[in-house]
Amino acid sequence: MKPPAARAHRDMILEVANLTMRFGGLTAVDRVSFTALRGEITALIGPNGAGKTTLFNCITGFYRPSEGAIRLHRPGALPVDLHRLAGYRIARSGVARTFQNIRLFPGMTALENLLVAQHNTLMAASGWAVGAVLGLSRYPAAERAAIEVARRWLLATHLLDRADDPAGALPYGAQRRLEIARAMCSSPGGPALLCLDEPAAGLNPRESEELARLLLEIRADGTSILLIEHDMGVVMKISDRVVVLDHGRRIADAAPAAVRSDPKVIAAYLGEEGEEE
Amino acid sequence: MTQASDDRSGESRGGLNRPPLPIPRALRDAAIAAAIAFGLFAVMVGLRTEVSPTGALVLRQRWAEVAMLCGIVFAGRLALTLWLGRRALRPTTAPGPWAVRLQQAGRFFAPALLAAALVLPIVSGGDRYLLDLGILVLTYVMLGWGLNIVVGLAGLLDLGYVAFYGIGAYSYALLSTHFGLSFWIGLPLAGIMAAFWGVLLGFPVLRLRGDYLAIVTLAFGEIIRVVLNNWVSLTGGPNGVSGIPRPSFFGLPFSMSGEPDTFAGFFGLEPSPSHRVIFLYYLILGLALLTNWVTIRLRRQPLGRAWEALREDEIACRALGINVTVTKLSAFALGAMFGGFAGAFFATRQAFVSPESFTFIESAIILAIVVLGGLGSQVGVAVAALVMIGGFELFRDLGEYRMLVFGGVMVVIMILRPRGLVGTRTPSVALGEKRAIGGDLVGEGRG
Amino acid sequence: MAYALQQLINGISLGMIYGLIAVGYTMVYGIIGMINFAHGDVFMIGAFIALITALLLSAGGMLDGPAAILLMLLISMAFTAFYGWTMERVAYRPLRGSFRLAPLITAIGLSIVLQNYVQVSQGARVKPMEALLPGGIEVMRDGGFVVQLSFTQMLIIGVTLAVLAVFTLLVTRTPLGRAMRACEQDRKMAALLGIDTDRTISLTFVIGAALAAVAGTMYLLRYGVIDFYIGFLAGVKAFTAAVLGGIGSLPGAVLGGLLIGLIETFWSAYFSVQYKDVAAFSILVLTLIFLPTGLLGRQEVEKV
Repeated sequence: MKPPAARAHRDMILEVANLTMRFGGLTAVDRVSFTALRGEITALIGPNGAGKTTLFNCITGFYRPSEGAIRLHRPGALPVDLHRLAGYRIARSGVARTFQNIRLFPGMTALENLLVAQHNTLMAASGWAVGAVLGLSRYPAAERAAIEVARRWLLATHLLDRADDPAGALPYGAQRRLEIARAMCSSPGGPALLCLDEPAAGLNPRESEELARLLLEIRADGTSILLIEHDMGVVMKISDRVVVLDHGRRIADAAPAAVRSDPKVIAAYLGEEGEEE
Repeated sequence: MTQASDDRSGESRGGLNRPPLPIPRALRDAAIAAAIAFGLFAVMVGLRTEVSPTGALVLRQRWAEVAMLCGIVFAGRLALTLWLGRRALRPTTAPGPWAVRLQQAGRFFAPALLAAALVLPIVSGGDRYLLDLGILVLTYVMLGWGLNIVVGLAGLLDLGYVAFYGIGAYSYALLSTHFGLSFWIGLPLAGIMAAFWGVLLGFPVLRLRGDYLAIVTLAFGEIIRVVLNNWVSLTGGPNGVSGIPRPSFFGLPFSMSGEPDTFAGFFGLEPSPSHRVIFLYYLILGLALLTNWVTIRLRRQPLGRAWEALREDEIACRALGINVTVTKLSAFALGAMFGGFAGAFFATRQAFVSPESFTFIESAIILAIVVLGGLGSQVGVAVAALVMIGGFELFRDLGEYRMLVFGGVMVVIMILRPRGLVGTRTPSVALGEKRAIGGDLVGEGRG
Repeated sequence: MAYALQQLINGISLGMIYGLIAVGYTMVYGIIGMINFAHGDVFMIGAFIALITALLLSAGGMLDGPAAILLMLLISMAFTAFYGWTMERVAYRPLRGSFRLAPLITAIGLSIVLQNYVQVSQGARVKPMEALLPGGIEVMRDGGFVVQLSFTQMLIIGVTLAVLAVFTLLVTRTPLGRAMRACEQDRKMAALLGIDTDRTISLTFVIGAALAAVAGTMYLLRYGVIDFYIGFLAGVKAFTAAVLGGIGSLPGAVLGGLLIGLIETFWSAYFSVQYKDVAAFSILVLTLIFLPTGLLGRQEVEKV
């Protein structure tokens, strides 16, 4: 139908066009279109039940959208139709994600979690396991490099001293950070797009502050971010652009300041505002 | 989660730290236990159905036996209560005193076990019974290690593992009797065959979750057994395949003739029947160690880590770009392959295979070894196989009560140590020191 | 045509027995999410207790008429239910909320224990019993072939339908049924709302065992021969039926039981007796490949 945006293709990282997701009779996401720009933090906000997580699950391949298209535009590569790919292939094409209710590998150490994230790189280096079992490959060097990457992200998330602790035993805030670190390890050189589902949920103000700083660092490193968040302090501070959903539809798509004063957005949030935060 | 209402009457919580209960209450508990025992045994033990000489069924009354059983239950319960307190028999994942010692000695324990296994034929002085028992235990150790890849590492519940054992055994049996292939060619072929069937079964069913996967694998095991039993023209049906060639020492047969082209003759030894047994012993030890070595190496590598990650959280794996199907399939196929190797060994050792060696109870015992040993723990599985199979043989004198005791021991161990003998997980890699991870954190898979 | 009708009758009466056992599997699975592997052996115990009761009655000269059969049913149900209760109390309750595989292994262990317990206490020989309800009615005649509905089959179908009707009322209309369904949905929440979850789970085992006892009694009446090993195959078949119907679903269990009974009977009648189990299991595998949660099972929505 209508073109999603008038902005130039070369600046885009993610293009969502007319995305619809229905569960039985319920339309959770209704013809939503927006674009996320390369090198930016795009926030996706909206009241509870607005369809944010459903949209996320479509983008990261956990749901197959009923209609519409999702395209990833990586620099120097052809656009990828994410809505046609199997879940694990989406991750391989450079989209990493975290989960609203943290999904670490609780019985594995923080370091192991980050190594699992580098599975595909390491697997290739191990000669699909056969070479490494026989001791015939360049695997040891690749593993050293992978540990280096992991160490770098453990450092960036202040988890280096907990590297050998099981992920399930880490405090809540540390688990959130570890999940982000794991997502960042999932593509060589960092993912093109990082999708975070409520990363500040359950964090105290100081931890939220730290999180905001971490996300800005990640952006500076060249990874674009798509963010679902309820903590408006974080959203307003770090987002470059805010997309607002309500009842499955997009009701606003603008810079943070403009969204804040948008009467439609205020109306959507009214009634919830009173009981929240 | 149901702790609050666990102890019905709410009395005496705290178990071991509490002083033993006053005797009247212990007596009451024991009396209740005896009453329950009476309810259970009165009909089934007290009245025995017997076929009379005329062919009709008659009942024989055995109240003395019932009274004795109730007495045993009464005394047992009383002793237990007085000795350990009411809540003594509760599951725990905390390492028991001996488990702690085992962990402290862990660095030496596994090598000590290995050394013992290596020198057994020498120490035993060729004692046939001991060596046969050793071979049997090692076969189960190998099967346990093979299944451990599937259940312990990848968290896939396989109730039909014996099918792959059977496929391996029949593959070798048929290849060697029909085409005259030697053991050393038949062995890898049997493994490949089993792995092939693993993939064939795994491909469509590995997306099933949890108990659906369990029943499908169980069904597969039964299908294989029924086919082996009925495809008489190929498998000989219930009569099985006999005359399977014995393994040779790299081309040198074990024979009593002492000719130069036999094992004894070539090495200038006195021909002895124990040579073959010792060779078989080392053969299965080598195969088991191969399984162990491959598993240990893989655990420290991306594939093994991906298996464990899959057990912990499949959805997170997908989000990290891991191809879940291929990863599951690789675990399934590899486990099947080792099962196939073990099967080929079984066939050459017995020189005879028949379907009745591959019943569901075998799958159940192998699974029990893995779970009792501690999912994912190599040492634990070896110890569990030793305890279960070795113990089973030791209680040969129990006769018809042996299986009864076997099942009972399975229940009791599981109740006391639901996470198995070794409930902790050792990380595959560490920046500093590797510290064991408590079993409470480690997942056990949903698939 | 007549032949097929006869097979239909045989298949339904066999399927009813599977269905009764399958309900026990599915109930326990629904409420605590475990495969009660020993349930097939509970069925076997039920058959034995019915046999022993019949012998007692016959010694007293009262093995005659519907009253005797009713007595067999009731006594078997009572004692078998007691076995079910004890099993749960001793082997499963201590593992509540523990690792998923631990109760599975205790269940397998219990199955071994029960089989060998009966083998030791009652002997390994098969136990034949004379037919209590000989004869039947002629449904139709086609040339030389007579389609018969035996009285035993009528009894099986009648009793099963009656028992299932009572059971359905129990689950849908009584406080106990409500508590069971609540525990099935969310055990923690049910406990918070004041439901005695332990008692509810105990009763689930008791009811499941009683239904298995009905199945055992019917099996004894229909086939007239039992031994300590009948529980294994019947258990596996019934479990297959529960999964085929969609485990956790009560109508699914009955439907699955009927299907398995029919598949087996027809396969034996038209193809080969030896491969009837292969047919049943293959259909299970095929069904699950296309319907991963069985015929009437709830579709699992993947919560991300």
